[in-house]
Amino acid sequence: MRGVHVTRGGAGAVLRGVDLDIEPGETIALVGRSGAGKSTLLKVINGLIAPDAGEVLVDGRATRDWNPFELRRRIGYVLQDIGLFPHMTVGANVAVVPRLLDWEPARIAQRVDGMLDLVGLPPATYRERPSLELSGGQRQRVGVARALAADPPILLMDEPFGALDPVTRAELHREFRRIQAQVRKTVVIVTHDMAEAFALATRIGVLDAGVIAQLEAPKTLARSTDPRVRPLLEPLLEARAIFA
Amino acid sequence: MRLLAFLAAHRAEFLALLAQHVLLVGASTLAAVAIGVPFGVLAARRPRLGAPVVWIANVVQTIPSLAMFGFLLPLPLIGGLGARVAIVVLILYALLPVIRTTIAGVRGVDPALVEAGTALGMTPQQLLWRVQLPLAVPSIVAGVRVAAVIGVGTATIAAAVGAGGLGEYIFRGLSMVDPTVILAGAIPAAALALTVDGALLLAERALRPGRSARRSTRAAVAAGIAAALVTTVAVAAVMRPSGGRGVVRVGSKNFTEQIILGEIVAQTLEHAGLTVERRLNLGGTFIADRALRSGDIDVYVEYTGTADTAVFKEPVETDRQRVLDRVRRRYAEGGLTLLEPLGFENTFAILVRGEDARRLHLRTIEDAASAAHAWQAGFGYEFLQRADGYPGLSEKYGLRFAAPPRAMDLSLIYRALAEHQVDLIAGDATSGLIAAYDLFMLEDNRHYFPPYDAVPVARAATLLNHPAMRAALDGLAGRIAIAEMRRMNQAVDAGHQDPAAVARGFLARLEPMPRSKG
Repeated sequence: MRGVHVTRGGAGAVLRGVDLDIEPGETIALVGRSGAGKSTLLKVINGLIAPDAGEVLVDGRATRDWNPFELRRRIGYVLQDIGLFPHMTVGANVAVVPRLLDWEPARIAQRVDGMLDLVGLPPATYRERPSLELSGGQRQRVGVARALAADPPILLMDEPFGALDPVTRAELHREFRRIQAQVRKTVVIVTHDMAEAFALATRIGVLDAGVIAQLEAPKTLARSTDPRVRPLLEPLLEARAIFA
Repeated sequence: MRLLAFLAAHRAEFLALLAQHVLLVGASTLAAVAIGVPFGVLAARRPRLGAPVVWIANVVQTIPSLAMFGFLLPLPLIGGLGARVAIVVLILYALLPVIRTTIAGVRGVDPALVEAGTALGMTPQQLLWRVQLPLAVPSIVAGVRVAAVIGVGTATIAAAVGAGGLGEYIFRGLSMVDPTVILAGAIPAAALALTVDGALLLAERALRPGRSARRSTRAAVAAGIAAALVTTVAVAAVMRPSGGRGVVRVGSKNFTEQIILGEIVAQTLEHAGLTVERRLNLGGTFIADRALRSGDIDVYVEYTGTADTAVFKEPVETDRQRVLDRVRRRYAEGGLTLLEPLGFENTFAILVRGEDARRLHLRTIEDAASAAHAWQAGFGYEFLQRADGYPGLSEKYGLRFAAPPRAMDLSLIYRALAEHQVDLIAGDATSGLIAAYDLFMLEDNRHYFPPYDAVPVARAATLLNHPAMRAALDGLAGRIAIAEMRRMNQAVDAGHQDPAAVARGFLARLEPMPRSKG
């Protein structure tokens, strides 16, 4: 990302000149207060929002030069409210992008089963289930399976575990690390939960008022004295003090 | 009980009318979906383009159905008598609910789902087909439900343009003033509406996303295809090509006398060796006139006074010959030929009891004016209101009654006179009840009422193509006396005889007919 400005992002958020290099295979967590521009930054990457200035390069090519539909099919996307299609079965939801890419039906079927296995939902039980019948944790797993189904090199996750209870969330964090160890995607995950960022990310970027205040490995960030970063760390330190 | 007996006696006809009704509604509703859903989608996605569509559909909805039939009849392709124009009208009425619910359904899709689809790389088209439309289906089905229920009701009017359906019974019952026949059409139509409503409600529930999504989608697609096939076949069957070149189409308006006259004309032409198609029971003067001008019928019997005032909008003229000449000239301007009067007038009749007429030696309305001061009069609502009704009449003859005239329903007015509830009424000169109740028609000796001579009017082109037609119809000139017409009306209305049989009996008595085929 080179000097990305967005004057009208979602929910009044703006970006004021974001520079960001993301290496293949790393997991970046973006943290920050509500309205800091985290989700807007994600949507700039897959072209849902076009930058007003600056440019975003994906695989060395500016997003505005990509066919937007091809670009998005190469980038997995998991939303906070998941957005599973209620009129489709679990299997059909997972198959959405492979179908858009016109895969052979047999290949799609095989891939759907593989993805459901990967996220820990036995295909025989879940493939034909209507997606409305799932629990929150199960829906989130299907959301991840859908995002990964076409084997995109990049995965964007917008507060994917935000709506879950802490136990389920911790379980999904373990699952995420297991899956990421297997598939090695370039992942950008937006969260307002610093603990989640520490649990999942190789680097953590702190967004504040539309700029990246700091982008460091978790251990480095933990020692930050930046006044824009410290308030985000405080809750973690307090929790640790209780257990100490 | 009488209703059940009627339905049992007319079972085959009833089932045919019911089938026609279902076909009219089914075909028009499916077509409305085929047209309305794309427009609804367009309107939902491009409000600026869509707003005029919704606006037009709204305006169409406010046009009374009978007027709509009248407007569409003369149009090429979609016009003409029969199922086609009825289906077009029903489609127009069904469009608004379908378009509205399509818009609501597409717009009502959770924005998060639209964003999810977009983020997964769907093009707007794919988003529409894979996400927005499937999720809008329950809403669209709700609109189809409304459209179909409205359609069942509106389709009863279709009988006015010869499209058949349960409205046949309603119109027939209205013209015969027979509640049983009206109910034979109205109750099954209501039951049909409830059935359609219930069935589509179940469909709507089944299609809500949730349980067994894939199966219900498949079922819906299969049901849709099946319905489309059935309807296509049915429409093809209903829309049988209307008459070849050699066919003469005989029309009539929708009351007993007109149907009998239509039969007399039709049978006369058949005896003359012509092939005849009957388009009887059309919904009123307006429709019959439109049908004649558009060539959907070739001949029907009109009344000179009606043609003069209602069709040609001329001021009231009471001279018989002048009205006849003027109407003949005005018809000729439109390529239509007024033939020779049949011999009777269907005018307003000022009636008193026969016993009073004989006792007081009454012959004319003028005679009655002197006795009227002791009488109570009874008139229909329309006659009381119209300028050429009671107000003008009382002025012309100096009629003064003991009390203001009573407003009464036309179906009760003859009986009220016979039973001494009133002493003078305005009725219908050809009503069979005049003889049945021994009533006396006072002569309009000051010529207050315009003349209403019954005269066949035909398309000039058809007369040219079928030289035998004119000769045959001229053979009826002056042959139907008013007493004869009253008797025939009575035979159908009170005697429940078939109009065709009554007409056949009349023609047989008229003269021995040659039994040849041309």
